[in-house]
Amino acid sequence: MIRRTVRPAGGAPLYLWFFMRVSAILMIGLVLGHLYIMHVLNSTDTIDFAFVAQRFTTPFWRAYDLFILFFALSHGLIGLRGVLDDYIRSRPWRAAAEGALWTVGVVFFLLGALILMTFQPGAVRGP
Amino acid sequence: MYRGGPGMLAWALHRITGLAVLLFLFMHIIETSMLGLGPGVYNTTISIYRQRWFKPIEFLLVAAVIFHAGNGILVMLVDFWPAATRHYRRLFLAGAVVYVALIIPLGFFMMRRLFGL
Repeated sequence: MIRRTVRPAGGAPLYLWFFMRVSAILMIGLVLGHLYIMHVLNSTDTIDFAFVAQRFTTPFWRAYDLFILFFALSHGLIGLRGVLDDYIRSRPWRAAAEGALWTVGVVFFLLGALILMTFQPGAVRGP
Repeated sequence: MYRGGPGMLAWALHRITGLAVLLFLFMHIIETSMLGLGPGVYNTTISIYRQRWFKPIEFLLVAAVIFHAGNGILVMLVDFWPAATRHYRRLFLAGAVVYVALIIPLGFFMMRRLFGL
């Protein structure tokens, strides 16, 4: 039998391939739990500022959300990188797309992590 | 490699659901960051999700994530157990049956307010 495998031979592509599987297995529990709590037990009709403030009184849910943020964003962006690689053929444009991808990734991770780690219901910053 | 059949359908749906969920994730991060601007701003922002027309979209998001997770498990199964390739068609059909059986009652439950329940 010919063993056909799509696993990369080595180097960075192999690490990314492996990371996609590890993050996927972790997210099966994390994300399905999140969806069950937020969209089945609760819904967009019951979630508001008071709900989230109550939820974030324990560091557990902040850490839970921080894990999802990291794994979902990195898994999604590595997936998008694969899609871009399928359509962008030229090397310089590929490098530019990859640079833009990771910039967007860092900005969105910091935006999400900042609010998860600093949010205090009483202290309202801004308007 | 992909010439029609369940493998191509699974691949296309995996890509579409992945991109759709990533797009939602960007929106979700921006909307959650509004927490820092206080209850007024946050509650106004998430009122987008409370409109009736968003209910089916909320369900589609959950359905997309469950498909992506289920198909991802199938992909990993084939990755780590290559002999599964020979049973791929049957594995895909079995997964599809479980998925549909799960998603239909879930859809009714999540959109029950639209049906006046």
